[in-house]
Amino acid sequence: MGKLARKVAIVGAGMSKFGVHYPKKRNPDLWVDAWLDAVQKTDNGIGPKDVDACYVGNFTSDLFNHQGHLGPQIADLVGLCPKPASRFEGACASSGIALRQAILAIASGAHDVIAVAGVECMTEQPTVKVTDALAAASDALFEYPAGATFPGLYATVASAHFKEFGTTEEDLMRVAIKNHENGVENPYAQMQKSIKQLMESKKKKCAERGMDVPDWKDEFDFLKSSSNMMIAYPLRLFDCSLVTDGAACLFLAAEDVAKKYTDTPVWIEGTGQGSAALSLHDRDILTTFTATKEAAKQAYQMAGLGPKDIQIAEVHDCFTIAEILAMEDLGFYEKGKATEAIRNGDSKRDGSLPINTSGGLKAKGHPVGATGAAHAVEIFKQLRGIAERNRQVKEKPEIALTHNLGGSGGTCVVNIYRV
Amino acid sequence: MSEVKKPFTIESYLENIQNKKLTGTKCKDCGEMYVPIRKLCKKCSSTNMEWIEMSGEGKLAAFTSITVGTPLFVERGYGRNKPYCFSVVTLKEGPMISGQLVGVDESKPETIKIGMSVKATFLESESNGKTRVDLGFEPI
Ligand SMILES: [Zn+2]
Repeated sequence: MGKLARKVAIVGAGMSKFGVHYPKKRNPDLWVDAWLDAVQKTDNGIGPKDVDACYVGNFTSDLFNHQGHLGPQIADLVGLCPKPASRFEGACASSGIALRQAILAIASGAHDVIAVAGVECMTEQPTVKVTDALAAASDALFEYPAGATFPGLYATVASAHFKEFGTTEEDLMRVAIKNHENGVENPYAQMQKSIKQLMESKKKKCAERGMDVPDWKDEFDFLKSSSNMMIAYPLRLFDCSLVTDGAACLFLAAEDVAKKYTDTPVWIEGTGQGSAALSLHDRDILTTFTATKEAAKQAYQMAGLGPKDIQIAEVHDCFTIAEILAMEDLGFYEKGKATEAIRNGDSKRDGSLPINTSGGLKAKGHPVGATGAAHAVEIFKQLRGIAERNRQVKEKPEIALTHNLGGSGGTCVVNIYRV
Repeated sequence: MSEVKKPFTIESYLENIQNKKLTGTKCKDCGEMYVPIRKLCKKCSSTNMEWIEMSGEGKLAAFTSITVGTPLFVERGYGRNKPYCFSVVTLKEGPMISGQLVGVDESKPETIKIGMSVKATFLESESNGKTRVDLGFEPI
């Protein structure tokens, strides 16, 4: 695996507030919010004249909004036409791919500065249609007719992980509890409430309506109750990420010009991408996402670093089980050992390797095509010590990793950053 | 077998399912087996394939019981009060394949055991006035 022909850095990064915005805000509105936020977070300012190209990550505006051909639409909104604008698609890894392709294009010398966009407006459609559109990220020929839903595929993976490693529903719940606690500290998050807060407000509502107040002792009691409905066994509602409208924007620059925009660029140390058969049944193993392993191997090799060097990570927790698999497949923990680390609190904000300080897809939200770019927004903040509220990790990290997974593990992009 | 002259396409495979036969292809050069069928061997790049009929027997590799189903399954009456199981089965011959798992208690998924022996069953449903056959599995 080669090195980048020249160094590339993120010099500015921002995002729209994630949430349920439609119809008050649609893709173009969300994107402009993200662009303005990123411009504001570029120390010395940046404008369309500085940008050579626009790389857009989006999964399926075609199905969500009946809008294809997103590149020029997104570029024009911020004054980037007539410069080249392209859309990249890899399900939930779409903007991870856009980011990686921007890195490679700048490293090649073709462009000096690229604006990476991630956009997705999902709530225009009713839940049934959203679920069905997301299912397009899985295999339409043999999994879908057998009844596979998107949560169903991750639940299937979970069943195999439970069987092989003794992982439990409580382990999944710990991931959700942690990520919600982080979401409380993120003003851009869709869900800024801890599970404890949600539980208490549910009790309060019951009391106000004169109904029996549930006697949940703690979050686990609440999460095991019928209030947390089963979606696909063993995954319940609180194991699933949110349906979200949102956008993110990254400004990438070559080493030759990066310092023009900021004194503290966030350097790309390594980048990798892997693939696996779309269907679970076409893979050799169900408890490992081999695309993650491949992407991580490439990124570590390029960076000359290993999993032990990583000080903070944003991983793709579209479902709680996915965070556990990511922790193992990225090499942070041995196979089957991530749950032990979670029980120890290692992945909390004050733990030995904080994971998903943004709140993750679980609490920050998961506008699928925007997620990969949004991962990098959180890392940009953490590495520069500017994460909002109480979520900046205490000893400011210097080396970070993002992990962006597409579909049920068919595509994965891993990037490593250093400040 | 009668499929011997069929082209190695998805349509041929689905026709066989429609006729309640689970078929695969086997690479004559490296011995790799494929279900669903493939024309091109991904292990050795050979196109020297032959049809094989699968026994349909295997073991449950992974599964889920789905309460929020796909529109097709909702149409068939599945939902919150009547979940259905999606499963991945490792066939006796080696390859894995997906199918609905029937003959189990879907509302008590903790009673369904990974590793249990299952066999193929062909599930009929009516769709737009036509009988449709899908591959499923049931415990032996
Ligand atoms: Zn072969």
